[in-house]
This record gives sequence, structure tokens and C-alpha cells, in this order.
Amino acid sequence: MNRILLMVLQRFGLGLLTLFVVSIIIFVGVEFLPGDIAEALLGQGASPENVAALRHELGLDRPAHIRYIDWWAGVMQGDLGTSLANRRDIAELITFRLSNTLFLALTAAVISVPLALILGVLAALYRNGIYDRSVNIATLGAVSAPEFLTAYVLILYFSVKLGWFPSLSNIDVNTSFIDKLHQVTLPAVTLMAVILAYMMRMVRASIINLLASAYIEMAHLKGMPKLRVIVKHALPNAWAPIANIIAISLAYLVVGVVVVEVVFIYPGLGQLMVDSVSNRDIPVVQACAMIFAGTYILLNLTADIVSICTNPRLLHPK
Amino acid sequence: MTNRLLEIRNLEIDGESDEVWHEIIKGLDLDLDRGEVLGLIGESGAGKSTLGLAAMNFVRPGCRIRGGTIRFDGQELTEQSETTLRKLRGVRIAYVAQSAAASFNPAHQLIDQFSEIPVVHKVKSRQDAEADAKDLYRRVLLPDPNGIGYRYPHQVSGGQLQRAMTAMALSCRPDLIIFDEPTTALDVTTQIEVLTTIRDIVREFNTAAIYISHDLAVVAQMADRIMVLRYGELVEESTTRQMMSDPKMDYTKSLWAVRSFKKEAETAATEINPVVKVDNVTAGYGEEDILKNVTFEIHRGQTVAIVGESGSGKSTAARVITGLLPPRLGEVQFSGEALPKSFKSRNKDQLRHVQMIYQMADTALNPRQRIRNIIGRPLSFYLNLRGKQKEERIRELLSLIELEPDLYIDRYPDELSGGQKQRVSIARALAAEPEFIICDEVTSALDQLVAEGILRLLDRLQREFNLAYMFITHDLATVKAIADNVVVMLQGEIVEQGPKTDVFSPPHHEYTELLLSSVPEMDPDWLNELIAHREKHGVMTSTSTS
Amino acid sequence: MTGGEATSLDPKINRPRRTRLQGALREILKAPITAKFGILVILVYGFVAIFAPILTPYGETEIVGPEFDVWGEQFILGTDGLGRDMLTRLLFGARNTVGIAFITTCLAFLIGGLTGLLAAIYGGWLDQISSRIVDVLMAIPQLIFALMLLAIFGTSIPTLVIVIATLDATRIFRVTRAVSLNVVVLDYFEAARLRGERIFWLCVREILPNITAPLMAEFGLRFCFVFLMIAALSFLGLGIQPPTADWGSMVRENAVLITYGDITPVLPAIAIAILTLGVNFLVDWFLHKSSGLKDGH
Repeated sequence: MNRILLMVLQRFGLGLLTLFVVSIIIFVGVEFLPGDIAEALLGQGASPENVAALRHELGLDRPAHIRYIDWWAGVMQGDLGTSLANRRDIAELITFRLSNTLFLALTAAVISVPLALILGVLAALYRNGIYDRSVNIATLGAVSAPEFLTAYVLILYFSVKLGWFPSLSNIDVNTSFIDKLHQVTLPAVTLMAVILAYMMRMVRASIINLLASAYIEMAHLKGMPKLRVIVKHALPNAWAPIANIIAISLAYLVVGVVVVEVVFIYPGLGQLMVDSVSNRDIPVVQACAMIFAGTYILLNLTADIVSICTNPRLLHPK
Repeated sequence: MTNRLLEIRNLEIDGESDEVWHEIIKGLDLDLDRGEVLGLIGESGAGKSTLGLAAMNFVRPGCRIRGGTIRFDGQELTEQSETTLRKLRGVRIAYVAQSAAASFNPAHQLIDQFSEIPVVHKVKSRQDAEADAKDLYRRVLLPDPNGIGYRYPHQVSGGQLQRAMTAMALSCRPDLIIFDEPTTALDVTTQIEVLTTIRDIVREFNTAAIYISHDLAVVAQMADRIMVLRYGELVEESTTRQMMSDPKMDYTKSLWAVRSFKKEAETAATEINPVVKVDNVTAGYGEEDILKNVTFEIHRGQTVAIVGESGSGKSTAARVITGLLPPRLGEVQFSGEALPKSFKSRNKDQLRHVQMIYQMADTALNPRQRIRNIIGRPLSFYLNLRGKQKEERIRELLSLIELEPDLYIDRYPDELSGGQKQRVSIARALAAEPEFIICDEVTSALDQLVAEGILRLLDRLQREFNLAYMFITHDLATVKAIADNVVVMLQGEIVEQGPKTDVFSPPHHEYTELLLSSVPEMDPDWLNELIAHREKHGVMTSTSTS
Repeated sequence: MTGGEATSLDPKINRPRRTRLQGALREILKAPITAKFGILVILVYGFVAIFAPILTPYGETEIVGPEFDVWGEQFILGTDGLGRDMLTRLLFGARNTVGIAFITTCLAFLIGGLTGLLAAIYGGWLDQISSRIVDVLMAIPQLIFALMLLAIFGTSIPTLVIVIATLDATRIFRVTRAVSLNVVVLDYFEAARLRGERIFWLCVREILPNITAPLMAEFGLRFCFVFLMIAALSFLGLGIQPPTADWGSMVRENAVLITYGDITPVLPAIAIAILTLGVNFLVDWFLHKSSGLKDGH
């Protein structure tokens, strides 16, 4: 047991280290910014005094490593700084949007993950049959379509032609859960289309790989019923690959929201980030990037830990 | 009630590759009586495993039974539903796979994998099954029979897993067990123990068995009757004794012929300085020492065979000499001068004089280069041969290894057979005009006849060019045929070395004795006599620490 | 004896010998319909990309008619919000969007493939350092990283190409390193090293010819990924900038028409999907043929 704990802690430490390195990259990147933010913000005609004042206000006149430490100190206290574009507190700006993004991603995940597992396993079990072949073509199609295509096709039919769902999301703090669900339907379906296809292909591949193992053949030769072979012999060895696939897919979801949020003008983190990139509102971009990267690292970490905790070689050391 | 258990008639099985079906089994018949052990012999690709599995009406994915009948105990299996077949498998027909390590599920304890057969098939209760498992573990001579079942596969050694799998096959006291090369992956000394166990247990329970192997000597110990297969067809079939004493077909005779080749005379060292001297070398990976204070030398025109089981350090010795693994202590000398430890610091001449021939000819030749380039590269690299000169030399080398230059010079390796590839490897080594060649298990991946051709060729080249060979092998028959000197290794140390005649004639070192006596011989009584002998003298029976 | 244990029963050795071109053509004729579709799509797109100026009736950025004109005889697919011909811009898009994606993928392969190859051959600290750098770079989602870098360096085509190529090179590094390692452990590679061959020979003669199949498949997959990524960025207004005709930004520019039930804005998106699908089909078949490197993904 100790060895597992040690390995989990190790992975955890590695995750933290990665996060730390990523934060440096995100922070240092800004240092390479051509020109001066203050100048860029105030425009060509600004007086040197004004520029200096803004530089001081933004803390740009202090050395980089001090600003980096200050930034972390702020982050620890929930202070992400202020937006350059509208001078609003970033933490405040992000909270509501983050919850919207999570709501959208979770809705998509809750439906697509179990569905993808079931459909992917079926494709693997009936490999090379009609079902498998059509699934292959359909999923390749879904993976090939850019998200905005799926999104606009959905809007064209379900919003413009049929009028069932809104084409634009209109969510604020007071929107009820049911209403939110209604509004989130088309964005969520768009996300699901891609994620489902990706996951199904990966699940299928890893299950086929698993079923080709000698011990699965042995289970058949022992006359075990099909269901038992799957549940008792394949499944216990499938957790690690499945956890990995889920993590990769969820990570993909987190990123996929960016385009979808822009199409549906959904007030989420992705849209905020895109707007901030256009405005070159660097502190907001940094904050969003940190949140996205953090989620990504956390997901991969979880998958790693699941793989460690389900590996019989580690669970039962020699 | 008839005594006939299994009757296969005119069986045809197809396999698919590249979306084209081709025949694997071409209309075979097979008969097996109750309690009889049938040996299936053949080289790789002969269809032995496919035929064995077909006895359970089971085909691997990508294969299909195209025709024929499989009658087991009066039941026609090809007409049965999947459910009926399932109830037969594990209960009345059991299977023991080649690689026990891969065939046990890593996620479950051994005893769970044992018990599920009788429990799922409703033959025994869980409690009875576990009690029976322990009893059988005892009978297959597993250490700690009461406790070993609660271990996971990765906690148990390969030889033990193979016994556990034999025990598992017996869980429902089947009428028939199919053994698919159960000892191929094991070392010779472990193989003996597992063979003995299998044979005794099969006799004890009067179970019929199909024993599949490519090793004739092994099958001879196990089987009452032998079928020889080749390319999915039957070559010859008769009782073991009859087949051993009087094989009818040419192909069978060629398998039988105990290596007729033998090096003419032993060459004594003529010069004072050996070509290669491994001087007190200690080497290994990470913390561990794989080689411990090893010293031996090889003289011009001589063959030194390095013998040992897996993990003995014989391949590591080769890596030290070639400079792939710089030794921790000691040095390698070439013609009296110390070679730089790493191949990276050796000069072209030093590299040229130490050549290597590998076990797997498939991976030893770059599949994307023509034979012309494979053999030509050392010529231009070491000897600066160009154009016409180079072309002529390539042709000369091809003739030397007995391949028609016009036919082969422009081929790619996958357009050659296994033996031909090995010949090209030899030509590549010769092209460098070396003084010393390391032969790493060069014949063990080849079929008997082909292997002998390679040995003859190597011998001829040695005499022609006065080459020194270091022959790494676990196959003592090869050693007896070609070696001048023998070095016996065990766990990184040399237990015995000297001229072949000394090492191979009594009195032996204890381990050499064990190694020598463990090599199966082409005599159906060999195993019986060996066991009787060992019991009487109480000799060391294993090197594995269980 | 002429090493003659090869018999007529061994099909591998007696097969008729063909040239590579003949073999490739045969394979294509035998390919499933999906793969043929993929080849056709790639040929058509390539043709359009090369001959766009000849095929189109108008100039790429030429304003030729009223804004948002409907489909008709003069403007087959109507005009966009500035009165430029849709069909013309669609055809030029093949050149711009596909061309940029192709160049980016090539650059990514140059960076990732080379470092991956060297890491596999040299091993040791070079391998350790490059692998750790790649680990960290891959810990940030690619699109997010790209967005951040574009925020910093601004949006121009060279920045876009370099940023995406660098980020994508991480995955190519991993694949190249992995498949090269499979070769590095083989005996023929060891034999070449022991012969004293230099790094160039090892790369070009020993490894590369043996990893072209997986690398070609990977090129297809990476191209799809890069292509979709650039399209997404352009759609977000952060990729290829106007007035260059580009499929991603065309969707964005004309998106308003969707609310009127007009499908014109999704045509460029469909153009993207068809090419990606074609390449995916081809890669799928290719992977199936060279069986088993990976199934799907």
C-alpha cells in the first residue's frame, strides 16, 4: 500500500511542478511582448507622464521576478489582478463565467462519457460488422467536421427552422436551472458530437487491444460465458486505459468549449479568453490560460492516479 | 462404449491475411483414444496450434473452419451451438498455453482463476474447488501448495506458472488436455521439471492429451504416437517408438537425424597471444552486476562456445566485447592490446575486426536495403571499395555463402527465407574481413536442417580464413558439434571452462552435469532413465530459486 | 546447395516481383471506397489550390456586386457582406487555408521529427531534456497555448504558422521518438552503430526508411489537426486575417445569414469537413494496411 501512496504522491508533486512551470511560461511569455502594454493601451498620442503613471499602476516598473511572486501571492488570496480593458476585478469577472463553462462542459460530459463507453465497447465486440463499419465512418465524419460547422447546422435546423432552441445563449445570474438546461442544449450537443466520436474510437481501439490478450483467449477456452469474460476478465484490466481516455476527452471538452461558446455567444470562460486575446488584455488571458491549463493537468493527474491504483502489479507487490 | 475419444476428418481451416484467405490446415485427419497422448510435431507455420485448438472447435480471430468434421466422444462439434461448446471447454477439454505468464489474468489470484472453472460450470462448490486446487498444486509439485494459489501471476515464476496452469487444466478432470508448447519458453533445467510433472499427472489421471511442440526430443518423452505436420498437411504418423527407430519420409528423417555434422578436429591454440581476451571483466546495468570477474580467451581459428541459461550473462559478455556495454572493471584485449571500453572510442580497424552475427536474421538485416547494399556497405565503409571492384567483391561474397549472385543481389531481405537471411548476415560480417566473429544463438531460430547448413558454412569459412568464433548458445548439441573450447556460465560467473573434451567428459562440475543431462535426447526412455538416475543419486535438480 | 530451403510452398518468396509504383497502384485499386474518396478529395483540392486564379471568375478581394447577393447566374453562390464573389473566395480559400495548414504541418514535422529522431538515437540527457520540455508544453491545452501566444505576439500569418508548428511539433516529437526507438533496438541498427556509422547515415539510411509508414499516417492526422486548428482560430478572428480569403473567417464574416435560414455561410465549413474527412479516410485505410500502429485516435 505504501508504494502506491508514494507513487500517487509522486505524481501529485509532478502535477504541481508542471503547474508551476506552466505558470512561469504563461508569465514569462508576457515579458516578450513586443512594445509596451501601457503604450499600446493608451495609444500613440499619449503623453510620457500618462504612460509612466499607467506603467506604475500596472506594476510594470518593477522587476519581473517580483511581479511574478506578487502575482502568485495574489492568486493564493483569490486576487487575479484587474482587467486592462475595463479595469474590473478579474476574479469577479471569471467566477460567473467559469461556472457557466463548467455547466456546459459537465452537461456534455455526463451524457457523452457513458454513451461513448457503451457504444465504443459494442463496436469492439462486434468488430468489422455492419455496426462497427458504420460507426467508423460516422465517427470519422464527426471528428472531421469543425465545431462551428456542427454548431451552425444545428442552429439552422433546431433554431431557425424548427425554433425549438435559442441560437444565442442568454444566461445571467438569475437564470433558472431548467431554463439554463434549455439554453445549453445546442452548445452541449455540438460539444458531444465531437467528444463522443473521439471517445468511441479510442474506447474501441483499447478494448480490441485488450480482447486480443492471451488471458482473454484462455478465459474463452475455459468455457467462460461471454458476459463473464467481459466483466470478470476484461474489465478489471480496462480501468487504466478507460480512465486515460476519459481524461483526454474531458481535457478536449475543456478546450472545445472555446469555439462553441463563441458561436452561441455563451457567457463562458472561452469566450472571455477569445475577447481578451483580441483586446490583448493580457492579465485576463493569463488568468484564463492558468485555469484551462490547471484543469487539464488535474484531469491527466486523475487518470494517472487511477492507473496506478488499479494496477494489480502495484496493488500486490512481490 | 468405444475407446475413441476424438476423431477429426478432412479438416480444412483457412486464415486471413491482407483480406485474402489461404489454407492453414489442408484436409487433415486425427484420431485419439482415451488416455492416449498424441504428439504434434512440426516447424513454425506447420499448423500445429491451429489443429490443437480445432480439437475444441475453436479458431483464433482471422481464421475459419471451412470443412471437415470434429467428433468428440460421439458428439459432432462443428454442429454444436456456442453454448454447448462452451460447456465442453474447460470441463471435458482443457488447454494449456505456451506462455503461462500471458495467459493468466494479471488481475486475479491463481486460485480464483482455478476455481472459476468448476464453479461456473457447476461441477463443484467454491469451497471444494479451492480444496481441490491445493491438492492439485501439491501434485504438480508447486512449493507452498496451500498458499501459492493466493498469489497473483506476476508474483510467481514462469516454471511455476506453467505448473499452475497444468493444475488449472485438471480442475474438472477433463477427458482431453491440449498442451501447446508448454515448455518452449522455459530454460532446459526448468523444462525437465515441468515435463516430468505433466507426464506424471497425465498418466495419473489417465487423461488423453495432444502435446504440441517443435522439439522432437521433448515430444518423444511425452507421446505414445506422433504426427508430423508440414504446411498444414500430414507428413507421417506412427507410434513414437516406431517413428524414432524407422522414420519413413525424407522430411521426417531429416528431423530425426541427430546433428550429423561435427567439426573435424579440435584446433589447439597455435599462437601465444589470443585474438580476444576478456580479462577479469565485471559489468552490468544500473547497480546490478550481470558479469562477475569473467576471464576467458579465444585464439585464431578456434571456436569458443559460451553456454548457459537465460540470465547467465552470456549475451552481456558479447556486449562487453563489442563495446556496447563498457565494463565496470577489467578490459577486453584484441591481439594483446586493450580495446577502448566503448565502441564509440574505437577506431575503424578495431571495429572492423570484431563482427557480429545475430540470432534473429529477420531483425539483423535492414528490410529497406537490398542485399547489394547490405553486403556492400562494409566494403565501402571499411575497405574503400567502389564501383566495379565493390560489385565483384559482393558477388564473390554471395558465392562464398552459397547464394547465386545474379538471383539474390537485388533482393530485399523479406524476399529471402530464414536460412538465406542468416547467410547474408554472415556475408555482411565477412565483408569487413574480420579476425573475430561473435555468433549469438545464430541457429536457434532456424529449423533443424537449415541450422545444420549454417553450421557447416561457418565451419568452412573458419578453416578458409582462419577466423576466431565466439559462439553464444543454450543448445548443447550445437556446442558438441562445433566448439573447440567451452565456457559454462551460471548467474554471471564462469563455473567451468576448458577444451570441449574435458568439459563434456566426466567428472563434471555439478552445474555442467545438470545442464548436460537436462538436454532432451531422441530416446523415448530418456526422461524415465534420467529421473530414475537423479532420484538415485540425489543430484541438484534446479538452479531456479523458487 | 544454394541455400535452397525455400520451397514453392512458401508464398512469400515466390511472389512475382513488381516495382513500387505498380504495387502502389494495385493497392489503390483494391482500396475500399472510403479511401478512394479520400484520394479523390485530396487530388481535387490540390488542383483547385494550384489553379485557383485560373478557375475563378473574379479576383480574390475584388468587390464585384451588391452585399449579400443571393445565389444566381452571375454569382453562383452569391456575394459576401462586402460584395465579393463567394465562389471565388471559396476557391481561393483552398489555396490559402489548405496551403497554410500544409506549410505549418511540414514545419512542425521538420522540428518535431528531427528532434524526435535525434532524441531516440542519442538517448541520455538529450532525450531526457527534450522529453521533459515536451511534457511541459503538452501540459497546456494546445488551443489555449496558441491563443495565449497569439495574444502576445499578435496575429499575422508567419506568427500563426510558427506558433502552431512549434506546438504541434511536440506530438510529432513523441511519435517520431517512439517509432524510432522501435528501430533503434533492432539488431540491424546495432550492427550499423557497431560498424561505426555516423549520425547522418543512421538517420537517413537505417531509421527513416523504416518509419515512413507510421510517419506518413501521422502526417495525415497532424495535418487534419492543424487544419482544424487554424480554421478554428480564423473563425475566432485570431488566425488568418482579412482580406485574405480563408474558410474559417468566411464562416465568421457571413454568420449573420444563418439566422435567415441561408446555408451559404456553412459552405466553407463543409469544404473544411470534406477535406479533413478525406484525409482521415485515407489515413484510416493506411493504418489498417500497415496494421496495428494504432487504431483510431
